Order: sequence, then C-alpha cells, then structure tokens
Amino acid sequence: MGKKVLVLAEARDGQLRNVSFEAIAAGKKVASDGEVIGVLIGDSVGSLANEMIQYGADRVLTVEDAKLAQYTSDGYSQAFMAVVEQEQPEGIVFGHTALGKDLSPKIAAKIESGLISDATSVEEEGGEVVFTRPIYSGKAFEKITVKEGIVFATVRPNNIEPLEKDESRSGDVSNVSVSITDLRTVIQDVVRKAADGVDLSEAKVIIAGGRGVKSEEGFQPLKELAEVLGGAVGASRGACDADYCDYSLQIGQTGKVVTPDLYIACGISGAIQHLAGMSNSKVIVAINKDPEANIFNVADYGIVGDLFEIVPMLTEEFKKMKAAQV
Amino acid sequence: MNIYVLLKRTFDTEEKISIIGGQIQEDGAEFIINPYDEYAVEEAIQIRDDHGGEVTVVTVGSNEAEKQLRTALAMGADKAVLINTEDDLEEGDQFTTAKILSEYLKDKEPDLILAGNVAIDGGSGQIGPRVADMLGIPYVTTITNIEIDGSTVSITRDVEGDSEMIQTSLPLLVTCQQGLNEPRYPSLPGIMKAKKKPLDELELDDLDLEEDDVEAKTKTLDLFLPPDKAAGRILEGDLSNQVQELVSLLRSEAKVI
Repeated sequence: MGKKVLVLAEARDGQLRNVSFEAIAAGKKVASDGEVIGVLIGDSVGSLANEMIQYGADRVLTVEDAKLAQYTSDGYSQAFMAVVEQEQPEGIVFGHTALGKDLSPKIAAKIESGLISDATSVEEEGGEVVFTRPIYSGKAFEKITVKEGIVFATVRPNNIEPLEKDESRSGDVSNVSVSITDLRTVIQDVVRKAADGVDLSEAKVIIAGGRGVKSEEGFQPLKELAEVLGGAVGASRGACDADYCDYSLQIGQTGKVVTPDLYIACGISGAIQHLAGMSNSKVIVAINKDPEANIFNVADYGIVGDLFEIVPMLTEEFKKMKAAQV
Repeated sequence: MNIYVLLKRTFDTEEKISIIGGQIQEDGAEFIINPYDEYAVEEAIQIRDDHGGEVTVVTVGSNEAEKQLRTALAMGADKAVLINTEDDLEEGDQFTTAKILSEYLKDKEPDLILAGNVAIDGGSGQIGPRVADMLGIPYVTTITNIEIDGSTVSITRDVEGDSEMIQTSLPLLVTCQQGLNEPRYPSLPGIMKAKKKPLDELELDDLDLEEDDVEAKTKTLDLFLPPDKAAGRILEGDLSNQVQELVSLLRSEAKVI
C-alpha cells in the first residue's frame, strides 16, 4: 500500500545538495505507489522547489520565515512539525548530514517514532520497507525495519542513486505558514574551514594522508591531487594525532565514515579503526612505502613507493588526462 | 553545578567483528567507554573543577557496564548510576534508551548533560537530542568547545568541517566531538578512590517504567559482514609506468574517473 512520505531537502550555498535527490529516491521506495512530498525550510527557498519535483517529488511544501535563514534545531523542528501536523505522513526521509543528524532525533522524539539513521539502502521486502545500515562504523551491517507507525529514516550521502532528472515533470508548490518562536540556541558566527567546499561525506573522490605524510606541509601534494580530481582531503587518526591536520578531516571509527567512488590512501598503514571508516569505498588505491602495510589488503590497486614521489606524478598524469578530454 | 554524563560501553575500536548465529560475538572482546563519551566525561570533570558541583555518569545496560562506570569514576566523576535492563528487556532501540534516560533525569534538575555525539557501535547519534527533547531543554551537537558564564553558554560546534559559534543557556544538553579535549587516563589514586565512590543500580521498576513503555520501535532483521574484497593488484615496474597504468585502470577498468 502506498505511503505519504515527507522528504526534507537541504541547500548549501543556494543549491540543493545531492543528498536531497538521493533522499527523494529513498522516499519513493518508502512511498511505493504513494506520494513523495518535498519539504523546503528557509527564509527564501521557493526557487528550489521545481528541482525537487524534477528529481521525483510529487509536490513541494515550503516553510519560509526570516528566523529560518540559518538552521537551528528549535526553528527547524517547529517548521517541520507544522508540515507533519498538516500532512500526517506515514514516512519521513532526511539526509544523514550534519543537519539531518541534529534534527531527526528531535523530530522522532516529538512524534514518538523509531528512527533508522544512516541507511545505505532501502528495499521493499514482503510488503515491508527494509533498510540496510552500517554498524560498528561499517565493520558489519544490519537490516532493519520499523515495527509500526511512521517509517522514519536518514540516508547516508553517496549511497542511494538519485532518480534521473526529468525537466518535464511538474507539481504543486505551496506554503505552510508557521510562527517561529523561542529559539533557544543562537548562531553568532560561522567559520568556514572547508576551503574548497567539497565535504568529506559527500565527496566522490577522497585523497587521504596518514603518518607517512610526515607534516602539515606534507599534505600539500595531496591537496593538489584532490583539486585536480575535484575531491576532498581526509586523514587517518595517526595524522590527526600528530597534528598534521585538523580533526575534522579524520576518517575512521572515531571520525568520519566515508564511501566515495575513489579513495586514495597515501602513507596510511591501515589500522582496523581507519579501515572501518573507508573500506566500503567503491575503489581504493593505496600508496605506501611498506609492501606489508595492511592497507594493501583492502586496496583494489596498490603502488609500493614514496608518496612524495608518486602523488605529484599522479597529479600530472590526471592533468594530462583531463587536458586530453577537453 | 549539577552535571550528568550519558555513557555507553562499546567494543574497542581495534576489535574485529564476527557474527555467529545472527549475533555479534562478544566473547573475548575488549570493551571500552565509547570514545566520544570519554570526551564527555573529561569535559564534565573540567567544568565541575572550574564551576563546582557534581558529575554523575549514567548508563543503560547490563552488569558488565560497571567496569566502564568505574573507569569514569577513576577519571574523576563523583557518582555513577547503572540502569540495568538485563532482566527486563530482550531488545531495545534508541527510543528505548532515550525514554529510560529521560525518565531517570526528569526529576534530577540537571544544569548540564553531556553525551558523546555518536556511539561507535550502533552509530545512530540519536540519544542526546532525543533525551533533550523529552526533557524540554535545548541541545547542541558535535561541540568542540564550551564556555560557561553564569547561565550563558558559548559553544563552538563542528558542522561538516565548518565551525559554528553558538550562544545558548543552561539547562542544556551537549554532545561531544573529537577535538573538544584530551581525555585523561585514570591515575592510580583515582582508581583507588573510585572503588569507594557510589555506584547505584536501578531497574525499570525503580523508574516506574513497564516493558511496554519502552518497547523498541524498530526491529533488526539480520546482521551481516561486508563482503570480502578480492585481493587487490600491486602494480609493478618503473614508477612512472605504474602511475600511468593506475590512471588508465581507474579510467577504463574501475571507471571512477
């Protein structure tokens, strides 16, 4: 039986994030032959509604208020609950982003529902909506379902294929009015660290450095390679603990869990705690001086040698390849 | 200040996971305080040392979690509470745990509650915000700095690599992110003292909760390990040839570029 499903979209720098399209695709699975309703929250977000419809939403609801210009759990939960009350959904899907992680448990508490966080796939099995999600940071997986009530899940970026964009699709866009009150947390400033704007959890390509990078400056060739490939730079706990880079770059069981298309591990030995954070990447390349390094056991391709020699050569080779494509 | 820390006992990060008979094998595994909860314990101790008050560490689990509570006491927490669900509950989910914790906390008048931002086993990151909402207090997740001045609280939080500066007030729940502090190791005198510190044990009955009140909303159907990866290819030959070969393999064989 079809369900009515709300999908919360998220914009960054005025653009919808990819994970929002992935969440719509997941919402479609949950809805079966039901309805997927995109939800946009912000101070002025109506212009993004059409794109949600083109990616598969049947209609879109916007909640707009000056107090919603920045995300706060109080503001967004009031806005989202107004939509929940109006629509009485049977399913809800968010992206498992910083915002989704922060907001979804609060909404689940308000509607007293279960919440399946960080799902990497969703399937219908025997009339039930079954999600797969990593546990122990990807050392194992569980298949999990909601026993009764609203099917509520967050989906991990980069794992669920978005639907093909269809510019001929159209649907209703309407506004839900809400008065936002009592914001108990106030954002005073935001300092952007991610210079190039490619977030680790959404990056298609990640160049990661370990102790073998040896210093903060040692990350420079990795950054250059990441730039050529439009990727992000990550690090192992060893590199973070040695102060070569910021903890926000750490990949592993403590740190971020990532699943890019391509993961290039440079000077990373491959401790279990690091592997937990990256071993589900689609393709793994290892560059390490030590041919016995554990990282080679999970790598699809390996080069034994000095990363300071190899990484710049790779950068040049990719540059050549890109130039030849133009 | 009345400070509470929500703590979970988890597998050590260096443990491999194996599944036998549909269950994660725990035999012989090392257990630790969830690393993110360790930041919470450390921060709670530092805040108490600066502002006075008391730190109570709370966990929901079985007898075995006593060890992790004692470790937190040895680090410097004042009191510990084990809400033992071993006899009452066969399974639970995040709703279960959050409901139990909020029932326990609702008449304790906490000024500040600290928790890890995520547990490295279940990985849901739900408990903190759920508990805060059930208690009707604000929360801030993934914090990397916290300054308390009277009832005003200034926080820095990590948002996908960016830093947000937030102002809020007590009572408050925060979840801790890496970078917040360096958790201390328990000292020998700390370990000795911890043996004498109060560790209370409660059951659902003591919180006026029935099994049905906390029944899980979700159901795990199956557990499985990631597929074994076929051994990768170590490239050979002249380094510049290897680099060229790698780029061409990524392009034509792996098709990721």
